[in-house]
Amino acid sequence: MTAIAMPAPDEDVLSRRQDILKALKSIVPGEGVIHEEREMRAYETDALTAYRQLPLIVVLPETVEQVSKVLKYCYENNVKVVPRGAGTSLSGGALPLADGVLLSMMKFNQVLDIDFDNRAVVVQPGVTNLGITRAVEDEGFYYAPDPSSQIACSIGGNIAENSGGVHCLKYGLTTNNVLGLEMVLITGEVIRLGGKHLDSEGYDLLALMTGSEGLLGVVTEVTVRILQKPETARALLIGFPTSEDGGRCVAEIIAAGIIPGGMEMMDKPAIHAAEDFVNAGYPRDVEALLIVELDGPEKEVDFLIGRVEEIARANQASHVRISQTEEERMTFWAGRKAAFPAVGRISPDYLCMDGTIPRRELPKVLARMRELSEKHGLGVANVFHAGDGNLHPLILYDANKPGELDAAEAFGADILRLCVEVGGVLTGEHGVGIEKRDLMTDMFTEADLKQQQRVKCAFDEKQLLNPGKVFPVLHRCAELGKMHVHKGQLPFPDIPRF
Amino acid sequence: MDATLKPRDAREIEDAVRWAAAEEQPLEVIGQGSKRGLGRPVQAAHVLDLSGVNGIEAYEPAELVLTVKAGTPIAEIEQLVDENGQELSFEPMDYGPLQGNGAGKGTIGGVLAANLSGPRRLKAGAARDHILGMEAVSGRGEIFNSGGKVVKNVTGYDLPRALCGSYGTLAVAATVTLKVNPKPETSASFVLTGLQDETAVAALCKAMGSSAEVSGAAHLPAGVNGDKSQTVLRLEGFQTSVDYRFSTLQDLLREYGQPGRLDETLSRSQWQSIRDVMPFADTAAPVWRVSVAPTNGPKFVEMLREDLDVQAFYDWSGGLVWVLVEDGLVHETDIRQTLERAGGGHATLVRAGLSVRTDVAVFQPQSAPLANLSKRLKAQFDPSGILNPGRMVSGV
Repeated sequence: MTAIAMPAPDEDVLSRRQDILKALKSIVPGEGVIHEEREMRAYETDALTAYRQLPLIVVLPETVEQVSKVLKYCYENNVKVVPRGAGTSLSGGALPLADGVLLSMMKFNQVLDIDFDNRAVVVQPGVTNLGITRAVEDEGFYYAPDPSSQIACSIGGNIAENSGGVHCLKYGLTTNNVLGLEMVLITGEVIRLGGKHLDSEGYDLLALMTGSEGLLGVVTEVTVRILQKPETARALLIGFPTSEDGGRCVAEIIAAGIIPGGMEMMDKPAIHAAEDFVNAGYPRDVEALLIVELDGPEKEVDFLIGRVEEIARANQASHVRISQTEEERMTFWAGRKAAFPAVGRISPDYLCMDGTIPRRELPKVLARMRELSEKHGLGVANVFHAGDGNLHPLILYDANKPGELDAAEAFGADILRLCVEVGGVLTGEHGVGIEKRDLMTDMFTEADLKQQQRVKCAFDEKQLLNPGKVFPVLHRCAELGKMHVHKGQLPFPDIPRF
Repeated sequence: MDATLKPRDAREIEDAVRWAAAEEQPLEVIGQGSKRGLGRPVQAAHVLDLSGVNGIEAYEPAELVLTVKAGTPIAEIEQLVDENGQELSFEPMDYGPLQGNGAGKGTIGGVLAANLSGPRRLKAGAARDHILGMEAVSGRGEIFNSGGKVVKNVTGYDLPRALCGSYGTLAVAATVTLKVNPKPETSASFVLTGLQDETAVAALCKAMGSSAEVSGAAHLPAGVNGDKSQTVLRLEGFQTSVDYRFSTLQDLLREYGQPGRLDETLSRSQWQSIRDVMPFADTAAPVWRVSVAPTNGPKFVEMLREDLDVQAFYDWSGGLVWVLVEDGLVHETDIRQTLERAGGGHATLVRAGLSVRTDVAVFQPQSAPLANLSKRLKAQFDPSGILNPGRMVSGV
């Protein structure tokens, strides 16, 4: 069906399924072990729904001790493990393996400690992103990273993917908002990193864990920073006759020393799809639409709204509207927030891509994307986190038409290669997973990838955690560890030495 | 045969490290050597001096991205971004004055290797929060690239961030890409006087939990910097916003007394003094840097005073405590046991003589599973153990 191949299942493990099942049931009692095909169907895919695979067995532990015992058992018996949060990954990060235990962390759903004085919240990994904000909003606080799946996605999954959102230019990604973790290694060892204090000395394993896509350890507790909500927020809706004008406007806003809370751009197909769907009042006769949201103290926001309006007008903006009420601000956002389902209305299926480019390359990338659209015979609509250069091209296709999924995937791969070619990267916030795994060699050399895989070896020498994700080629740790020794003279003898 | 190897680019760093790995010759990796007083001393026959790997590679203010060679002087970088209306918003501290080496030295590589941040860390993040990409040479003598040159990227493990704070024990950076930010138009400080430590930290936490966007929150107890204690909150941004937020803080913190105001010039020098631990710069007694949950800061100091004669002041809303031990001894056990009783955290010995730093655990000791994992990570980057051996942990 699909182009991305997963490693062949280990027949030995498949033949031991009954033993494994029995062992897991002795660790996690009752309904915490799922093995009937009908029940396991719920876990066969994540939000990259083109790929499906039944796991060997599903386990839903409830305590850290159970997690530790499950992992230790799998380690000792050479059974692969795929950790899973809410299953909202867009890159296939939680896609099960036929010969792997799927470890769902969704029973870890408690908020453990809310500490307003220290602006820290301690939660279990299955708590949703929005659940953290819900727990603290009565006191005016919130958790800043806001991936579009925030109502459903788990904070554990956010750690795995280093999730972003529309506000991350100003407030950072997950990695900038996490203070501490408790995690279990594949050996069953429990490790605590950080806490309510900042910047623990020692290697920054928090940085490695955040964005590690479930390959290094299983998170069992998370401490995050919370912030007081900005006093107010207002937005401008700005239309431009060309994407160049829009791109220049964005650059000049930042050059003026303004970091907006959110700055989103849409191209014409996305504008039309959104407007048809929610009637947000978007102008249809523009090539680029920019939403600029300024948040902070009232006086500052009013002042900056004026500055941004001046900059927009100086850059040929054909439409400028400024939100006068909270309701109007929400209307500006309604179209952008509905962009994905809006595109879903005009096309039976779509692939959501996620590359980042240097912003100056935007006009070139959009032009090349139009060429690629013709080459692959598929439409594309663009939404764009304009402040940080993170593109989300939505490739329109019909899975029921033979060959269209393959064409869409090829189109997507071409777009991501283009992102790398202009100095950008394969993924800004969705992760590599399986989706971009085979493109890693377009961005990294073999030496780059091998050093990354050596990090994996420090955590998981047997490579049992989520194998087949992120890295296109699996090397054994023993092979990666070999040193090619070059005995010889002291190097570069012509340079000064003291 | 002791040598100083002075490579000029990544390729020459690779040559040097390859040679050292093949010969199992440990290297002390330095930029300008300004941070030799930090961490444990390295015993290595040879020095890998990166001061020749310097220069600005690319700077695009509108993209908020700066790429520089690792040996570039930090002062040069700060001047460049300042001329373009930008800054390194993690506000790297300068250990020079505290360690008696004078101010203004050091390279960006050193700043990142020690993950040096300043008062703004509380709002803007640490040095590690501003790194985007890195070209480095592992202890295996292999060049590798990781991260990227754009502000938003999750492709692969976040090695550049993880290498921050590793004191050159995993890899030698050749080129780094950083996120820069607009420099605020102006700044001012809101100053309360005469508060006791615990009350002061309560006021700081209240301000940090407000929407006033405070970018510095410190408390200098009486005797540290004058006869009266000073509790200082920094506001930065557009003038109109700073003035507005000043009055917001006035209302919010009314119960703590009438504030004084330091305008931009005075405010700046006050925060530079706090950043660089200037109150302790003119002495030689041991200094500890202690990171705790902010509300535990005053508790920790009070408990410490039951046994020891110390001076202390607080940054990061109470969460960063600088402790000077008056009797000239480091009192490692007292400091760390008291910290544990006060709720835990990290204590790092940041000023002490060379022999003391050889004998005492300079960095907070780790649990066995964590220490073992760190050792395995070191072995994956530097299997021969040639990069700054012993710099962080004895024998590693």
